[in-house]
Amino acid sequence: MHIDSIKEGIVIDHITAGNAMTIYGLLGFDKLECSIAIIKNVSSKKMGKKDIIKIDSNIDINLEALGYIDPGVTIDIIRDSVLVEKRSVDLPERLHGVLRCKNPRCITSCEQELEQVFMLTDKDRKIYRCMYCEAKA
Amino acid sequence: MRSLINILDLTTEEIDKMLDTADDIIANPKKYSEVCHGKKLATLFFEPSTRTRLSFEAAMYELGGNVLGFSEANSSSAAKGESVADTTRTVCCYADIIAMRHPKEGAPLVASMNSSVPIINAGDGGHNHPTQTLTDLLTIRRKTGKLSDFTIGFCGDLKFGRTVHSLIQALSRYKNIRIVLISPNELKVPSYIKHDVLRKNGIEYKQTTDLESVLPELDVLYMTRVQRERFLSEEEYIRLRDSYILTREKLKNAKESLTILHPLPRVNEISVDVDDDPRACYFEQALCGKFVRMALIMELLGIHLD
Repeated sequence: MHIDSIKEGIVIDHITAGNAMTIYGLLGFDKLECSIAIIKNVSSKKMGKKDIIKIDSNIDINLEALGYIDPGVTIDIIRDSVLVEKRSVDLPERLHGVLRCKNPRCITSCEQELEQVFMLTDKDRKIYRCMYCEAKA
Repeated sequence: MRSLINILDLTTEEIDKMLDTADDIIANPKKYSEVCHGKKLATLFFEPSTRTRLSFEAAMYELGGNVLGFSEANSSSAAKGESVADTTRTVCCYADIIAMRHPKEGAPLVASMNSSVPIINAGDGGHNHPTQTLTDLLTIRRKTGKLSDFTIGFCGDLKFGRTVHSLIQALSRYKNIRIVLISPNELKVPSYIKHDVLRKNGIEYKQTTDLESVLPELDVLYMTRVQRERFLSEEEYIRLRDSYILTREKLKNAKESLTILHPLPRVNEISVDVDDDPRACYFEQALCGKFVRMALIMELLGIHLD
């Protein structure tokens, strides 16, 4: 299968196979006007199978959300068809506006304008807790 | 500017120093009677309270300061839908320090993010109650002479009991503390307390549903009330309310040196016939609450006596 290389834009690589659509939805790529390629189940020496997303535009990516969904991904920044930067994404220490607290006793349940913030409290078990009430995400 | 939202905001050294100050206040009350002259404490209580609010107010008066505030949400602009942030920004104009109780968890943190004066969390839902923890620590230290090398049993509602969670967190930083968790299966301590606090800090603990079998091994017994306001179902509340009732009869096998604590108010979980037992320390504990809050107010206002 052949997908054209991009001249200006972003390649999200090393996505765990099956996660591409989740990332597409949660990061709001469905609202973009530019060309986007979602490539699923690509053979990978390291991962066996992986997904890739190519975005034909230099947009700001929500790295916190991306790191939360799939902390192993890499982001390639392409300028004039040249790879100018490669970033790896780790589990973020904080998540702003990505998750909503489900605790009905949390202050965010009645003051909806408060920013939803979650903090990484256990990296090994990937546990995030609400900054306000400490309820698990 | 500093606030107290969670007991873990304080290091054990800071806690020990604050308890030292409280001990000194108890020994030399006159020395502290004017240290907050001209200062105002605002008590913003969006939820009913007797001990916590009155002990804060008594604490500020005994430091020579003044108090303003409200004791229920209906008598504040919260009833008109004002946000915690806006209420806080307004009260900062009138007070030097704020003590806040709120039924919503995290409200005092929101207040601290919008405040130019220190915020004290006086209880937020089933979450934190750090000044009760300071009260408990002071009482334990005054009764046992130490904050290490003892076995403490927590009995009753360990699921919603914020005082239990905060005290376990605080004690987990002291040495050789052994914890016995006594509750019905429905009201067991949340898993995060076991994972993130007890196991993470290597604290020896056990869980049981049988109070009498573990009573003889306890140096401190921390009783709690099954809180009606934390239940969505009245039936569930009534079923669990009478799970554990401490009586003089049950105390026969307990140590003579046992310290019985309760954050109060009690409903029926400690029979009144226990009140005369020299091991019953819960009213002394309520008194300690005033002294430790005096020490805390001084600390957060940056008032230090030589």
